[in-house]
Amino acid sequence: MSKRHVTTTIDGEGREFLCEDWQTLLDVLRDVLMKTGTKEGCGTGDCGACSVLLDGRLVCSCLMLAAEAEGRVIETVEGMAEGDRLHPLQQHFLQEAALQCGICTPGFLVAARALLAQNPDPSEREVRFWLAGNLCRCTGYDKIVRAVLAAAAEMRGAEA
Amino acid sequence: MKPAPFEYAAPPTLDEALAILSENDPDEVKILAGGQSLMPLLNMRLARPELLLDLTRIDELGGISARNGGLSIGALATKRDVEDSALVRERNPLFMESTIMIGHPQIRNRGTVGGSMVQADPAAEYPAVAVALGAELVARGPGGERVIEADDFFITYLTTSLEPGEILTEVRIPDLAAGTGWSIQELARRHGDFAIVGAVAMLRLESGICVDLRVVIFGASDRARRHSEAEALLAGERPSAALFDAAGRAVGQSLEDPTDDVHASAEYRRDLARVLCVRTLTEAVERAEGSGG
Repeated sequence: MSKRHVTTTIDGEGREFLCEDWQTLLDVLRDVLMKTGTKEGCGTGDCGACSVLLDGRLVCSCLMLAAEAEGRVIETVEGMAEGDRLHPLQQHFLQEAALQCGICTPGFLVAARALLAQNPDPSEREVRFWLAGNLCRCTGYDKIVRAVLAAAAEMRGAEA
Repeated sequence: MKPAPFEYAAPPTLDEALAILSENDPDEVKILAGGQSLMPLLNMRLARPELLLDLTRIDELGGISARNGGLSIGALATKRDVEDSALVRERNPLFMESTIMIGHPQIRNRGTVGGSMVQADPAAEYPAVAVALGAELVARGPGGERVIEADDFFITYLTTSLEPGEILTEVRIPDLAAGTGWSIQELARRHGDFAIVGAVAMLRLESGICVDLRVVIFGASDRARRHSEAEALLAGERPSAALFDAAGRAVGQSLEDPTDDVHASAEYRRDLARVLCVRTLTEAVERAEGSGG
C-alpha cells in the first residue's frame, strides 16, 4: 500500500510528509519529522503529554491520525521559544521549578499557552480546571499552577 | 501504542460516506468522528477495523442552529462548539452544564456530540441528558432518513438502535419549557471522569405543585434510564424533603441489575442513585422556584 501525502503547517513552517493511514499525528511528529519535543504518555487521552494545538485548539496528538492533519495548522512545544529566548511560560516553569522528570512539561506548556491565548488573566481555579487533562507525577501541580499565573502576569505586563 | 493497519477514507459528503459504508462489511468498518473514544481503542488494538471511515471532512454534519422549539446539533459539532455556543447557553443551560462535565479541554475540543450518543457509554452525560430532555436522533441510511426517540435509541452497554448501514447526522434537543427547574449531578473520582453514578432531574412548578417530572439515572446500570415510579411520587404534589427522600428510595429499589465493578459495588451504586436523586430533585426545585415558576 502506498503512503499518504499530507501537507500541513507545523510551528509556522509549511511541512509535507508521507505517512501510513494508521499512524497518529504523535507518531509522525516524533518518528517521521523527528520533532521529539512532543511526548508520548498513555496513548489514550488521559495524560496530556502529547498535547499540541490544531488550528489553535488544544488536542491530544495521540488521538488523531496524521492523515487528519491535511491542510491544518499544528503548533508544538518546539515553536514556543524564539531562538535562544524562552517563552515566558518556559522561563517561569524554570524559575518556579515546575518540573522534575520533565516528560509532562511539553504538554503542560502547550496547554497553558492555549489557556493564556483565550484568557490572559485566569484565576487559579481556571488554571487548575484547564490543566485537568495534563498529568504530572512529580510536582504535585502547585508549582505548575504558580508558574502559569506568574507567566500570565508577565505577559499582561508586556502588553500594557 | 500503534493502531493495527487499516485503510482510511475521508469522503467530503454524507452520500459518499453512506456509499462506502454500503460497499463494505459493516463489521469491518469503524466510523471516526472526534475519535476521543475510538482512537484509544485503536491505539490499544481493542478495535481492529479493516476500514476507518472518517466523517470529519463532511461540512454538512457540523453546526448548531435553532429549530422550532429546540436546537439542531450536527452530529460532528464538538463539545467545544457547544461550550462556545451562545445559543445553547441561552436555550438549554442543562445541556450546557452537562457538556462542561465531560472530560477535559483536550477531549472536549475534539469529541463530538454525535460520537458520544453513538458510543452510548452508560456512564456518559449526553445520553442521560438526551433521555431526560426527550431528544430525537436523526440517522441517514440506505432507506433514507429516520428519526429515533432517545429512549428508543439507547439499548444497552455501548449499543444503540442504529442499523449497520446508518450514520447519525443530527441530534435535536428540545428547549427547556419556561419555568423548568433542572439539575445534573454525578459522583466521579475526578472532574471529567466518567460518572460512577449520575442523576438528572427536571420539573416545573404550577401554583407550587410539581409537574412535568423527569428523573434519569446514569452510570448505575446498562444505560441511562427514566425512573417513572419516582416521577409519579412527586407529580401533583408540593415539593418536600420527605417526598424527595421517598423518590430517592424508590429509585434505589427499582434500579435493575446495577453495575458491579472495580469502581463500585452494586449496593454502593444503588445507594448513590438514591442520594443523587434526592440532591438533583432538591436543586431542580430551587431552580424552578428561582425562575418564578
